[in-house]
Amino acid sequence: MRVSIRINGRSRDFEVEPNELLINVLRDRVYCTGAKYGCGIGMCGACTVLLDGEAVLACLTLAVNADGSSVETIEGLAAGDQLHPLQHAFLEEGAVQCGYCTPGFIMVAKALLSENLNPTEAEIREYLKGNSCRCTGYVNIVKAVQRASEILGLDCSARGLCSDP
Amino acid sequence: MSNNHVNSHILPEFKYYAPKTIQDAAILLSEHGSEAAPLAGGTDLLVRMKQGLAKPKVLVDLKYIPELKGIRRDEDAIWIGAATGLRVLERSDIVVEELPLLGQAVRAIGSVQVRNLGTIGGNLCNASPSADSASALLALDAEAQLVGPGGNRHLPLQKFFLGPRRTAIQRGELLVSVKAPLARAGIGSCFVKTARTSMDIASVNAAVALAVEDGLVAHCRIALGAVAPTPVRIDGAEAALLGNAPSDEKIEEAARLVGESVQPITDVRATAEYRRRVSMNLSRIALVTARGKMKGG
Repeated sequence: MRVSIRINGRSRDFEVEPNELLINVLRDRVYCTGAKYGCGIGMCGACTVLLDGEAVLACLTLAVNADGSSVETIEGLAAGDQLHPLQHAFLEEGAVQCGYCTPGFIMVAKALLSENLNPTEAEIREYLKGNSCRCTGYVNIVKAVQRASEILGLDCSARGLCSDP
Repeated sequence: MSNNHVNSHILPEFKYYAPKTIQDAAILLSEHGSEAAPLAGGTDLLVRMKQGLAKPKVLVDLKYIPELKGIRRDEDAIWIGAATGLRVLERSDIVVEELPLLGQAVRAIGSVQVRNLGTIGGNLCNASPSADSASALLALDAEAQLVGPGGNRHLPLQKFFLGPRRTAIQRGELLVSVKAPLARAGIGSCFVKTARTSMDIASVNAAVALAVEDGLVAHCRIALGAVAPTPVRIDGAEAALLGNAPSDEKIEEAARLVGESVQPITDVRATAEYRRRVSMNLSRIALVTARGKMKGG
């Protein structure tokens, strides 16, 4: 089956089998290996990518269901050498240990901050609960999301985009 | 089969159809019978296929049927299309305003990622005894609207669930929507759940709706999940409150009746004894909270 998927801003056409998953296309066809094939059953969040802006599990999404959609992965976050505020914040807060879960955490955090630029710690923990970190670095991950929300908040007020000062 | 004996990274092969209308979907499901499975969000079905627990040869994808999506309100009821996404539902103004109990239950399902994929119809048709939306919809007197070769029919949700993973849906039939009557004025409701971890399915859940007239309980629904082969309403506990003031003593009596009525099993998540105890405690908490949210009366 022929599908057209916009991946990190670039439209690509693929011939896929019905049982091919979005994660297979991302990792094996376009070599975006940031999203990890973790548990495969929706419990770990390591395969999280954004599908039309919403966080989904690439390991439980059929490639055919991404036809005509935009997919954003960790590879699309930085602008050249310029890291995204979330990536900066994860580095600064030491929110990365082995790194396996990190792309999933950053993508779900991006979805959170696009809905709610100023989340409370409880809101962050609730939104990120579908992602597991087996190095157990949750405290620093939460701190990183808080820091990113501050950076993004400053950035948007500097550009006059925020309604609140 | 345990997870260790299969490779959860491989989805077995199947033939795929993406019909655009309910009629075409019903025809496909009818033609292929037990070899076909309807696909909605895939968060249950695809997992079961990877685990080798479901082996459909044909998947009929319902996500491209516009009639199955959306939430609308008419004079006396809310209609929710079966393929409506769980997060679409929880963010809908209609649900927030008219069916807060359902919104609360849906937000308790899985993670944001699971709810972005999963649908309300999928949560119901999967017919897990612990489905969070099912307890809430039972407490809301919801009906399942079915379409099939024999025409349309509607079933109260209590008659829709027959057992674990078994529903009243017949060959070629399709759950089209769920209809919930508009709640009476002043009603208070509450959904509560216990689970081993945040991502686990409920070891017990409870949904309660309560309204009073002249200080006496005039409407009471107590529904629980994961305490019987299907989500259940506890008629005896509801009857104990009806016609009485919703005092702490009466609530305690209703909670005790819940504990005596449920038929839980022991499994990896909890023992039967634990579930019985928790079902009493959750019922009490839900009833007290619902009482606090009631208006007027």
